[in-house]
Amino acid sequence: MNVSRRGFLKISGAVLASSGLGVSLKPVSAYAEPLKIAYAKETTTICPYCSVGCGIIVSTRGGKVINTEGDPDHPINRGALCSKGGSVYQMSVNKNRLDKPLYRAPYSTEWKEVSWDWALDKIADNVKKSRDESFVERNGRGQVVNRTEGVASIGSAALDNEELFIYQKFLRGLGLVYIEHQARI
Amino acid sequence: MTNHWNDIENSDCVLAMGSNPASNHPISFKYVTKAMEKGAPLISVDPRFTQTSARADIYAPLRSGTDIAFLGGMIKYILDNNLIHEKYVKAYTNASFLVNPDFKMPGENNGVFSGLVENKYDKSTWSYQTDADGVILKDPTLSDPNCVYRLLKKHYERYTPGVVSNITGTPKDKLIVVYEAYTKTGKPGKAGTIMYAMGWTQHTVGVQNIRTMSIIQLLLGNMGVAGGGVNALRGESNVQGSTDMALLFHILPGYLKTPVASWQTLEEYNRKNTPATNEPKSLNWWKNYSKYMASLLRAHYGKNVTLEEAYRYLPKREDGQDCSWLTLFDNMYKGKFSGLFAWGMNPACSGASSHKVRQALAQLDWMVNVNVYDNETGSFWREPGLDPSKIKTEVFMLPCSAFMEKEGSITNSGRWMQWRYKAVDSPGVAMPDGDIMTELFCRLKERYEKNGGPLADAITRLTWDYGVKDGAGRVRHFDPDYVAREVNGYFLEDKVIGGVLYKKGTLVPSFGLLQDDGSTSSGNWLYCNSYTEKGNMAKRRGNEDRSFIGLYSDWAWCWPLNRRIIYNGASVDPDTGMPWDKKNPVIRWDGAEWKGDVPDGVAAPGAGRPPFIMKPDGVANIFGPGLADGPFPEHYEPLECPIEENLLSPQFINPTIVRWDEVGTGTSVDARATCDPRFPFVCSTYRVSEHWQTGVLTRWAPWLAEMQPELFVEIGSELARLKGFKNGEHVMVKSVRGEVEAVAIVTDRYKPMKVAGMTVHQVGIPWHYGWVTTNMRKYVHGDKVPEVFTGGDSANLLTPFIGDPNTGIPESKAFMVNVERKGV
Repeated sequence: MNVSRRGFLKISGAVLASSGLGVSLKPVSAYAEPLKIAYAKETTTICPYCSVGCGIIVSTRGGKVINTEGDPDHPINRGALCSKGGSVYQMSVNKNRLDKPLYRAPYSTEWKEVSWDWALDKIADNVKKSRDESFVERNGRGQVVNRTEGVASIGSAALDNEELFIYQKFLRGLGLVYIEHQARI
Repeated sequence: MTNHWNDIENSDCVLAMGSNPASNHPISFKYVTKAMEKGAPLISVDPRFTQTSARADIYAPLRSGTDIAFLGGMIKYILDNNLIHEKYVKAYTNASFLVNPDFKMPGENNGVFSGLVENKYDKSTWSYQTDADGVILKDPTLSDPNCVYRLLKKHYERYTPGVVSNITGTPKDKLIVVYEAYTKTGKPGKAGTIMYAMGWTQHTVGVQNIRTMSIIQLLLGNMGVAGGGVNALRGESNVQGSTDMALLFHILPGYLKTPVASWQTLEEYNRKNTPATNEPKSLNWWKNYSKYMASLLRAHYGKNVTLEEAYRYLPKREDGQDCSWLTLFDNMYKGKFSGLFAWGMNPACSGASSHKVRQALAQLDWMVNVNVYDNETGSFWREPGLDPSKIKTEVFMLPCSAFMEKEGSITNSGRWMQWRYKAVDSPGVAMPDGDIMTELFCRLKERYEKNGGPLADAITRLTWDYGVKDGAGRVRHFDPDYVAREVNGYFLEDKVIGGVLYKKGTLVPSFGLLQDDGSTSSGNWLYCNSYTEKGNMAKRRGNEDRSFIGLYSDWAWCWPLNRRIIYNGASVDPDTGMPWDKKNPVIRWDGAEWKGDVPDGVAAPGAGRPPFIMKPDGVANIFGPGLADGPFPEHYEPLECPIEENLLSPQFINPTIVRWDEVGTGTSVDARATCDPRFPFVCSTYRVSEHWQTGVLTRWAPWLAEMQPELFVEIGSELARLKGFKNGEHVMVKSVRGEVEAVAIVTDRYKPMKVAGMTVHQVGIPWHYGWVTTNMRKYVHGDKVPEVFTGGDSANLLTPFIGDPNTGIPESKAFMVNVERKGV
């Protein structure tokens, strides 16, 4: 029998309603549960939402996420997740993810799909131009300040620590002083 | 958090104020519930009867923006009834320090502290009396009229229950019930904890809100103990890490200061930032400042350049120049930037006074927006009602991997650094952020190597050994493991320290071994010890609780040095080393050494070393002269409020805030409307469980969008009756800066309050929405179309462009609005 999860819940609800306490669903769920993640690879991760830091197990098969659930071994959440943490499956399996670099030219009314190479080269040219035009080696008092005044950066508390470190290193290497992110708001 | 999530279980009284953990940090509530099962009362203080209030033993309403008055009353209650943990206060705080007799407080000085010049304080009177050797004079009996303890008592004498109730709108009897329940934790062996969030920070007195509670925690002896501490419930999975790693204008990784123009040399920089003390027994940990700076410079430039040269490369702000969020966007609005990276951020919805932010983006020549989904920032130029053909900004929207598509660590609110592994590939050609950064860096390096440019060396000489390199020496793929090791730090040469040889190229085992001579590197001294020769500590999964107080010291890693409860040196009697709380000991002296958590700041018992070693004087500050707006917290009204005076003093609002509405752009985006009959209701933004931040991730998740589909405004039933609103009808919420359409949700969770003899109504609005995921816009070919549309735009279109004088965090939790039927 081919039954979707929602359909299964409907059927089991109906069984419960019609037969009251007399019927145990245990054999059914014992059969249904292992199927979902059978032959799946499990990867541990941490929830991307709030800062509690709950453990999540991501099950994948054939390079696709087939299930996400709370990590029962994690000392904080012990397998539990909230509504957001419980939905991270939909961040991977989601046809609306950005999947190509998009470019909007000045005064244009639309996005254009572009290649990474094209986008990154153009951004690098822009950064260099803005930096070189706005770079201040010495201030009015003659002090060496070596800063780029024409470029700012905001973000991000959603990055990993390792990315954060190299990002701030990159920005400070460029001379930026306007560096801010979510912690300020 | 000074403590951590599991530790909340150890508390004898949980205060949730400025937060709603049941809804916004749901899993944390597991530990609140466990504490409650052991008998701890839960107190919820909130303008709204929240999900947390519904589970609380005591609920007290207060008017948004009056927390200092509420808590100041608690300080008075503690001192009047002598409920302090006396030995703790005397040994571990500056209560006994004698303050400069010229120091004046608001009660005797027109509502301000001594030294106010325009909107800045000259802090010369906020100082201590010293002897001939510069040692601070103290009165251990706490009876000198100039000692901190007596000054504190005098300052909060004015915060009587009557005055407090008149300001906060909290009934007097409720105040007393809360004070009584919470202050029971002043007994040695009892612990009270505070769970706070943006409800405290997003005010023009945000830092002082938290300071007030810190003072209470010190008076009651609740810092450093299990079940105590001051605990910020942070809103993003890695906002702790991003703060530690210093994506902020004022700090470098590990809370080192960013250089300013007058610190021209590394020596000058170190001299200005290394605190000194004359207190003979104080350890003054920041005396090691120069070691952490030298190691950071090495992590940036390796041995490619001298330390001095690496310091010269670092950008320097002008002395006193503010580059924080509001200033940044004000400058952008005024056309001062040509380019912006908006990396994993959606300021078009998250920035206060979002109209200003959205208009500011149109002043840029180019913007790079890196995100997982389309969002209101990257697409700002096509917001309904705008004409893109008039907007010059060139926009790059770059697709990045989501968290399960890459590897790396994040740090939770309890400072646990936990490693995440890659489960699947990214969709399409989306890349991990680290790869995008690496690609950009390499391209810029090539350009500067080839074409030169001002101070090109600052870029070309940065080390970037973050993965396997190709024949040309270019990193092909970013590997976070390389960075995790660099963040920990290496010995760059053979080094003998304390008779032990540390070989060149090995990882530095602890920040105690970092050097200022350039022989060590460390990207962030606080994370030194996170990746040792034994491996990556953040990957550890030992989930046995050997401490019996839920420290889980073998799970992942925690900064600093895997210490799970910071300031734990104050959890013991200074003479015996025995824990105040025998049933939940964090550390204890076994006669020869400390057992338990990694001890913080303590020497052997009886040695007299004060354990708050990050403070130059070694003790915690009840008197805190470091802040912009006063050494003691004082109640001031929010920038926008419903009453025309401050009932405590002639000073209406915080005198030190930076104002844009007066000196600013002269446009509606900076306007202020206080005590204005057009905007009669107090409003606060808040969050719901089902969405995160601007909804940039959650609005695209059909399950979540289905559960919370549309912007709403929560209105009390009395106000709804007065205005004739029906539950579920569409209304307009308006501030002087903007308006949003929302569904009126009429509940009994907001009640009118009596404030200064008037009836005040409050409303609340979540800020998770934005126009991109609505069906009120045009979708063209290639656009992503949400499976479930959401309704409404950002609540930040209403919020004021004003911030705390210390942090610049905007006042999104107390401002004035009107609510009207649609079309009126």
